[in-house]
Amino acid sequence: MRGTGLKVIGVAAGLAAAGVLIGLYVAKLTTEAGSASYTVPVTTQGGHKVVDLRIETVAAVGPQLSPGHPDYVSYLVRDTQGKWLRRTVWRLPADATVHVTIYNFDGASGLRNPLYARPQGVDGNVMTVDGKTLKVIPPDDASHTFAVPAYGLVVPVAPVADDAKNQCDYAPCAMSTAHRTIQFTFHTGKRGHYRWQCFVPCAAGWIDGFGGPMQTIGYMDGFLNVV
Amino acid sequence: MSLARRLIGFNLLTACLLGVGGWYVGWFAAHGIVGPSLDYFGDVDFNELSIVMGYLCGVLGFLIGLGFLNYPISRLRGYPPSLREKETGGIGRYFGLCTDHKVVGVQYLVGIGLFFFIGGLNAMLIRTELLRPNHQVWPAGTYLTLVGIHGTMMMGMMTSGILGPFGNYLVPILIGARRMAFPRIEALTFWLLMAAGAILETTIFFGGFPTGWTGYQPLGTQANPGMECYYLFFALVGISMTLLGLNMIATVVTMRAPGLTWTRLPIFVWGVLSTAVLMVLAAPVLIATLSMAVLDRTAQTNFFVPAQGGSAYLYQNLFWFFGHPEVYILALPGFAIVLEILPVFARKPLWGYRLAVGGLLGVTLLSFFVWQHHLFVSGINGDLRPFYMLSTELISIPTGLTFICGMMTLWRGRIRYSVPMLFCLAWFFNFLIGGLTGVFLSDTPSDTTTHGSFFSMAHFHYTIMGGLVFTFFAGIYYWVPKMTGLQLDERLGKIHFWTMFVFFNSTFFPLFVAGFLGQPRRAVTYAQGLHFLNVWVSISAFLLGASMLLFLYNFVKSLVFDRVCAPADPWGSKSIEWQLPSPVPVHNFDRIPVFSGDPYGYGEGGPTPVPAGAPAGME
Amino acid sequence: MAAPASDNSSHGRRVIVAWIALSVVATPLVAFVLGPHLPPGNGSSQATEQVLANTWITSLITPVVCLLLVFFVYSLTQFRHRGGALVDGPPLRSDSRVQIWWISLTSLVVLFLAGFGTFELLQNGSGGGQGPDPIAIPKGQKIPVQVIAQQWQFTYRYPTYGGVETPQLVLPADSYVELHVTSLDAIHSFWAYELGVKADANPGVDNVAYVKTKGPRTFHVRCAELCGLWHGYMFNNGRVVPMSQFTAWIKAQRKEFEPVAKYLPKYADVYYPDPQRRAG
Repeated sequence: MRGTGLKVIGVAAGLAAAGVLIGLYVAKLTTEAGSASYTVPVTTQGGHKVVDLRIETVAAVGPQLSPGHPDYVSYLVRDTQGKWLRRTVWRLPADATVHVTIYNFDGASGLRNPLYARPQGVDGNVMTVDGKTLKVIPPDDASHTFAVPAYGLVVPVAPVADDAKNQCDYAPCAMSTAHRTIQFTFHTGKRGHYRWQCFVPCAAGWIDGFGGPMQTIGYMDGFLNVV
Repeated sequence: MSLARRLIGFNLLTACLLGVGGWYVGWFAAHGIVGPSLDYFGDVDFNELSIVMGYLCGVLGFLIGLGFLNYPISRLRGYPPSLREKETGGIGRYFGLCTDHKVVGVQYLVGIGLFFFIGGLNAMLIRTELLRPNHQVWPAGTYLTLVGIHGTMMMGMMTSGILGPFGNYLVPILIGARRMAFPRIEALTFWLLMAAGAILETTIFFGGFPTGWTGYQPLGTQANPGMECYYLFFALVGISMTLLGLNMIATVVTMRAPGLTWTRLPIFVWGVLSTAVLMVLAAPVLIATLSMAVLDRTAQTNFFVPAQGGSAYLYQNLFWFFGHPEVYILALPGFAIVLEILPVFARKPLWGYRLAVGGLLGVTLLSFFVWQHHLFVSGINGDLRPFYMLSTELISIPTGLTFICGMMTLWRGRIRYSVPMLFCLAWFFNFLIGGLTGVFLSDTPSDTTTHGSFFSMAHFHYTIMGGLVFTFFAGIYYWVPKMTGLQLDERLGKIHFWTMFVFFNSTFFPLFVAGFLGQPRRAVTYAQGLHFLNVWVSISAFLLGASMLLFLYNFVKSLVFDRVCAPADPWGSKSIEWQLPSPVPVHNFDRIPVFSGDPYGYGEGGPTPVPAGAPAGME
Repeated sequence: MAAPASDNSSHGRRVIVAWIALSVVATPLVAFVLGPHLPPGNGSSQATEQVLANTWITSLITPVVCLLLVFFVYSLTQFRHRGGALVDGPPLRSDSRVQIWWISLTSLVVLFLAGFGTFELLQNGSGGGQGPDPIAIPKGQKIPVQVIAQQWQFTYRYPTYGGVETPQLVLPADSYVELHVTSLDAIHSFWAYELGVKADANPGVDNVAYVKTKGPRTFHVRCAELCGLWHGYMFNNGRVVPMSQFTAWIKAQRKEFEPVAKYLPKYADVYYPDPQRRAG
């Protein structure tokens, strides 16, 4: 009988160990920094939902926002307190108008496919860069794009000039450092889960510029959770 | 021996400690090569070399910790040669370097079983994600890592799924030998495999890898540092396979007992031999290919980077030159187990022995001439498609020989439905579906739709899971009573079989339909119209997983708690391993037996032939 | 209780009769009832041809399935062990008649399928990517369309319409289309399911596939080769429209993408865009 007791304890210990290991494994897979969703605040104007989405692009995300990968290029989103968060899954209401403002602190990389140098899928197929309305930018100038392929939406992000003074090295970037402001408007359609990405090969050091931050959620990729 | 001595002797614990230590040694050494770095641990993305070196030194440390250097060093110091190490002693010998082929067989069974369950867990996580057409259970990208770990683990580990446990345990006994040709290499293959499995799982700490088990370039060159784990895993598996294959060939060719001519060799040994030939010829190509890929990542060479003058096709060609024989490395041992077990439960000689051997060898030969059917739509060698279509379809002739030999063995037999037999009969069903759906993939017009879809995924699950894993379980239920001397619960075994058979089919058959309707492999989303089908498949998959847990329950219950002694020959087999006591004594035979016929003499009169030279401890 | 020798032939006769009876019923059912519903449908000549291939293969394997079904149902019920003591079956070790029949039949089926596949393939390429030098080139006028894959979207160029590039795929009805599939980075695979087209997109390779469209319809385009993070999201819909609509559409596209036209590279079979490793 004593033998059986020992065996039961042994098997129970084995089961518990396996359970803990599986739990840790699943937890490790589930938690990826940057995959938490950020709910963008909504205002209503004349019965119509309007969202003001403020995001920025930085050449290096910095040790404060990403201790694991301080040199990753990244998108950041601004919360209501004006703090920049490294979150790329955004919750937006369905059938809403979204005014997007992108503050870009990064230089030019150039597009692999020049087609994306023209804003498309946004109101009027135009964007404003520092207040100036543009239909296209030279593809080699593109710093990033903000693209939601399911909406047919692509907006090229104009760069900070290479010789600009007072450049921001890594995030968080003060608004006093050199940057460009890109604005455009689009409309969320029906509810769904839409990926967004960047089409500029902006991941330094990777083949075709499409590794690392370009293939990791929380940097240059994310979702629009339209609810 | 004192407890302290026991803990820090050359065993698994020391090995793990030295392995982790070796990892850091390699990491820091490589940092010395790539130059000073701002942050030793933060800049992991740009230190591919450090990661590779870390793992290589880790594996070295692990092997030294197990004591693989002790013998060479003692030989250098002038000690006499010896072939055996640590073959006596209690349960401790299962946790370290042991040259007894029966211990290695049991180690393989448990070790591979462990990683098989980890691979299966990943499959469950994959199916959880596919419960919905779009919504993410896992963060984007994690799905691809899961697919990658599942595929790589199964394709890598299960290559030795039958040769490891059953080949190592049985081949020396079946050919009347006391050991394998190279007992230390035999142990090495097992521990390399365990190190490899651990390395693959650590990929989750380096961002995973996005390429699936094929590791296509240039995606692999572009991937996160977790990719390194894939390369090292598969390269180590390749080394292990090559050594295992060489050892098996050497053993079977040189160590057969007197009277055991080639035509008396059990068909299982023929299966092992043909698989070993495949391993020795195919796996080195894999090792070379992966080394080139690692160089692309670490030394900035450009073997596979098209924009820099390399060729992505080169990788595809080299990979599939290994990859297609690889799937026969998985399938052939299954054929062999089926043909070995059927005569016992049909109580008839194996029908068409020469035909069956010819079938195995025919598959071995042809499997090297078909690899470009994986590249039918890739745009490479468009004019060679008719040739590869023909060679691929020709493989169904030798495969068909296995079928006819098995079927005619059943013909007019006295069939008993014991658990191992049920698994073997299921093999016919599964492999028939797997084989016939392969025709759709080998014929270029129908391949256009099925290529790279869930159809091909269902096809190879039918051939590999239905072909290999079912026979793996047949082998377990059949031979574990010999390996342990204990019976497995027959009733639970039958429940396990029926649940596994039903849910296996209910999981994978609908995937043919999903593929036909346009669901691509490895895609995290699918069309809304396929939702019901995928939910059905996911639920079936979970039940299939539960059936595996039932097996685990049976295994633990029977071997740990019930411990009912098995008779020496519970199945009434005439094969030599069943004439030995269970478990088999350390040196197998007191005197080397002399064979006078093949082990299939059912219905041919006379008592069960005991080979001359009474086995050790004959009861 | 050893079975009398004459049993062998009567068992065999029963199995063969049952097999033939079952096959005679099942094969036409599969060929004529299931066959027309097999994928990928009737969206193009290539797709229709693949349905034909699928029908042939399914019909041909039906008798094989019937044979094994009959054999196993018969054997497993008739030859099961009854009673307690172990009894050996008859020691049949081989039968050259069965061997010859089996090998001949399997070889016949295999050679027929390979021949059939080759014939279909050489007809018009059966929708698969054939690489830069296709062996099966259909005769007549063809409209070239370039498919450019990038991580992670397909775009399309029409070289005979001023090289206009657009993210949408629209094809004219009842025309032969020559698809040139290439990639700017990793390996992708262009899969137009309803059109029966699949061709890998390799960087630096011009992979040609032919498709003859039928009437107006929509179709799905998906990436069928693992290409990274958003592989599962790399899809869009395409349309086949009447020629007049197509001409109007392409005119509108040229107007819409006029601002970016001057920046597009000159139409080429393959592209090696800069920067390769550079980034910002």
